[in-house]
Amino acid sequence: MSRVGVFVCHCGTNISATVDVAKVAEEMKNQPGVVYTEDYKFMCSSPGQGKLKEIIDEHKLDSVVIAACSPHMHEKTFRNAAEAAGLNSFKVEMANIREQCSWVHPDKAEGTVKSLDLTKKMIEKVRLNEELDKIVMPVTKKALVIGGGIAGIQAALDIAAAGTEVIIVEKDVTLGGHMIQLSETFPTLDCSQCIMTPKMVEASLNPNITIYTYAEVEALDGYVGNFRARIRRKAKSVVEEDCTGCGICQEKCPKKVDNPFEMGHGKSKAIAVPFPQAVPNVPVIDRDSCIYYKTGKCRICEKVCGPKCIDFDQQDEIVNVDIGAIVVATGYDTMPLDRFGEYGYGKYKDVIDGLTFERMASAAGFTEGEMKRPSDGKTPETVVFIQCVGSRDESKGVSYCSKICCMYSAKQTMLYKHKVHHGKAHVFYMDIRAGGKNYEEFVRRAIEEDDANYIRGRVSRVYEKGDKLIVKGADTLSGRPVTIEADMVVLATAMTARKGADKLAQTLGISYDRYNFFSESHPKLRPVETNTAGIFLAGACQAPKDVPETVAQASAAASKVLGLLSQETLKREPITAEVNEANCIACFDCLNICPYGAITSKGITDRDGNIIKEVAEVNPGVCQGCGLCNAACRSKTIELRGFKDNQIYAEINSLAV
Amino acid sequence: MHSGHEAAKDEYIEQIAELSGEDVSLCYQCGKCTAGCPMAEKMDLPPSMVMRYMQMEHSDELKKATSRWDCIGCLVCGSRCPKLCNPAAVMEALRQEDMRKGTRSEEIEKLPVNFVKNAPQQALVSGFRKYVP
Amino acid sequence: MKIPYYPGCTLNTNAKDLQECAEFSAEALGFSMVEMPDWNCCGASLPLTANSAMGYAGPTNVLIGAKEEGQKEGLEDKLVTLCAVCYNVLKRTNYAFNKDAAKLDTINSLLESDYKGDTNVVHFLEVLRDDIGFDKVKESVSKELKGLKVAPYYGCFLLRPHEEVGLDDPYAPTIFEGLLKSLGCEVVDFSHKGECCGSYSAMSNAENAAECSFSVIDAAAAAGADVIATTCPLCQYNLDSKQAMMKKNHGDMKEMPIIYFTQLLSMALGKDIGKISFKSNSINPLPLLKEKGLV
Repeated sequence: MSRVGVFVCHCGTNISATVDVAKVAEEMKNQPGVVYTEDYKFMCSSPGQGKLKEIIDEHKLDSVVIAACSPHMHEKTFRNAAEAAGLNSFKVEMANIREQCSWVHPDKAEGTVKSLDLTKKMIEKVRLNEELDKIVMPVTKKALVIGGGIAGIQAALDIAAAGTEVIIVEKDVTLGGHMIQLSETFPTLDCSQCIMTPKMVEASLNPNITIYTYAEVEALDGYVGNFRARIRRKAKSVVEEDCTGCGICQEKCPKKVDNPFEMGHGKSKAIAVPFPQAVPNVPVIDRDSCIYYKTGKCRICEKVCGPKCIDFDQQDEIVNVDIGAIVVATGYDTMPLDRFGEYGYGKYKDVIDGLTFERMASAAGFTEGEMKRPSDGKTPETVVFIQCVGSRDESKGVSYCSKICCMYSAKQTMLYKHKVHHGKAHVFYMDIRAGGKNYEEFVRRAIEEDDANYIRGRVSRVYEKGDKLIVKGADTLSGRPVTIEADMVVLATAMTARKGADKLAQTLGISYDRYNFFSESHPKLRPVETNTAGIFLAGACQAPKDVPETVAQASAAASKVLGLLSQETLKREPITAEVNEANCIACFDCLNICPYGAITSKGITDRDGNIIKEVAEVNPGVCQGCGLCNAACRSKTIELRGFKDNQIYAEINSLAV
Repeated sequence: MHSGHEAAKDEYIEQIAELSGEDVSLCYQCGKCTAGCPMAEKMDLPPSMVMRYMQMEHSDELKKATSRWDCIGCLVCGSRCPKLCNPAAVMEALRQEDMRKGTRSEEIEKLPVNFVKNAPQQALVSGFRKYVP
Repeated sequence: MKIPYYPGCTLNTNAKDLQECAEFSAEALGFSMVEMPDWNCCGASLPLTANSAMGYAGPTNVLIGAKEEGQKEGLEDKLVTLCAVCYNVLKRTNYAFNKDAAKLDTINSLLESDYKGDTNVVHFLEVLRDDIGFDKVKESVSKELKGLKVAPYYGCFLLRPHEEVGLDDPYAPTIFEGLLKSLGCEVVDFSHKGECCGSYSAMSNAENAAECSFSVIDAAAAAGADVIATTCPLCQYNLDSKQAMMKKNHGDMKEMPIIYFTQLLSMALGKDIGKISFKSNSINPLPLLKEKGLV
């Protein structure tokens, strides 16, 4: 006969206002196997936990039910307390009479009846609970960072600073991400390149950091502490180790191509680095544009290359790396603008997006930092900035706020004014969202000192008239339509998740929201963790963010990684599936249904080593305890520890009586 | 004023909301309707302000306004609204309410002879639909 | 190919020019439009307010009639219109029914009918593009309209609301342009091809309508157009007949002929210019056509 103790918590008045807790404690005395019951004001308090320990000891309890809040809240608390009193922690169960009862039922009589049922149910289950031991796993003390923008670089530098090895995988040819494209940054107006390139160089020189550019993570196996990632290093057609970055190949290459780094405005070559400070400073041949790959002739780069590092036959290389933790820092894209026909983007050359303006304002950009509009190179005397293009737009865009546009539009008006002193900037905005240190002051400076004209309203249309762009907007504060003849229009485009973010999430086994941004584990309390243990998030791949926030989150993710990797072994809950090999009929429905790939086939051999039977086998390190195999198994062979069929039936039966 | 509770609503506002079938609380006052409206320059209360007055239940001011009689039903406001509202429907409801109450309508007898003689039939049909009770 | 044709209130009367030229062109291109019997007015505008059953009854009756007539006479299973407003009203009626089954039920019980919201409504332009093909139109052209700079004017109702009408991209449409190109015209891209002409405000406030129409003509002129082509009788009326009024407010404005697209089409397909009626044109396009050597 078991010796169960039942503790009914008042949770102040959270539970006791709608549940007769004394009655619940009293009635549970009559349940089979129960030797002790009590109701108490705050079970989770220090005296409450002390009481639990005392009673376990005094009454020689072999299992415990706490009727209180959700196990999400305090299961850990009570299991730890019980363990301290010498009880196996899996002999403790919680009956949730708060979230699932007192908070949702106003009637005390009904609430009490339901609490009785819920508590009874857990008593029946706990009597069948087995003593379980936590699973102990080794830890690979190495991290992987996916994405080499400011988020990825910051995370990698912080991890490396602690002496831990880290690998950066960057899809592009160089580190830097979007930040290296920016001209100057708010709210300080310091040059983006000036603060970004030292970080890129630092990462490349750090002995603890390995950088794979032009590379992507193709597959991920394993589990927290013990991941294995398959990385495809795409063929650069250049032997990276030998290249000195002299740039002669790029100079002599006869094939000009559009430069995506300059947002399609500047020209680059078929063999090139996107910009002079690229890290690594190793050019890559764009095989879709290269004359040799098209016609079989040219090879000029090969001829001029001093160290002879051009390799036209280079193949993609697959690298498998073992790591213990991962930071995902893949950044953002901007929304395609073809859906906003009313703004004429694509039709009128002088309607540009924010990133193009950044390149135009950048000293190293396609106009060398001069304000020259794309159509005719004239200095724009009047520039209209339109905010919320695609953001906060349920009709054609996304319903969320992209968060950074208010600030960068203000910044862009300032950069413009500093370059064109007699020019006039107009900003159409809906709300100025300048919550951040020195942000509001920054926007006011744009208005008060740099003469930006802020108009509260959206723009309905932009069209060309002669060499002017007619901007039809509204000023909702005066309730009047506004027409501005502009020379250039800058659209503050919505930030979106990276193209293909959903696919990467599926590869990594992390969740993502309806916009394809990766989901954090808890919006307030676990903002850098994903729901997959060992995988963390940094930067705009999770939601629109500015640079300061991104850097903060990257450092937070790094500290999470270091916390994890500082442990010699990891313990995890033993709630995993187990196979009764004698019963298994080898149908492998479990193997097919398992979302984590935790189930494999195993051969049972006779004395002579001949395979006589195949059965399912569970890798407890990978198993997440979801129970799908348990439900699918037709021979009742595979069961979930801690939630076995007889335990579940006992719960159900307790309600049926 | 709106509040979370079921406060007594202005009768006129309620009537317009029901007639138009529009939920004016969706409107976040971006002004894109006013920005694109070909008649906004001439209106005493352009479409975004009509939506605002509906939200604030300024019924006396709404009754006095005449902009609904300037609306030409081009559907630009609704087709570009980021919140999928249709201010033209509110304009039409306001107009219909005028006509029901007899406060304003076009009078067929007073239409210019020239117009009646020369305009395409569809101008008369749609004009009558919109401006005559 | 025989297609049930719905003329609506204006095509048999005020906009006969548009209709006659369309009939000639259809024949030249090897199809015919069969006017449905006993048609009624579509209402020339779709009600915007919620309680609007009566406004839907008219167009629904037209849609039912076309379906029945098509089946009875073995015609194409669609309904062609020439007027942009009819097209808009009929298409949006179907759209409303497909989105709101209760609305369809109400109208069906009102009309004692069993309509399913499935009459395929097409504009004459769509027949040319999708059934005949602009290439075929081009082959059939006997007199290229070379040198004529035409601004294709869609107005509101061919393009808006886009998700309900769905004829073409509301900001970069191509159907009208495609046809004009196949006739040899020089197509003028202009900013106001989808802006309003003033519509039925012509009745209540002619000045307002004239201002709207002026902005369209002004934009077309700035883009270098000789003439504006339209599909809608009301657009044609507002743009064309109000130019005297516009000139009062805009003294330097130059008159511009406003022509139906079928007038251009039939001309290119060989219709004798003497037989093309320009009755609805208060700005006579003939001097321009002469100047361009097309007459």
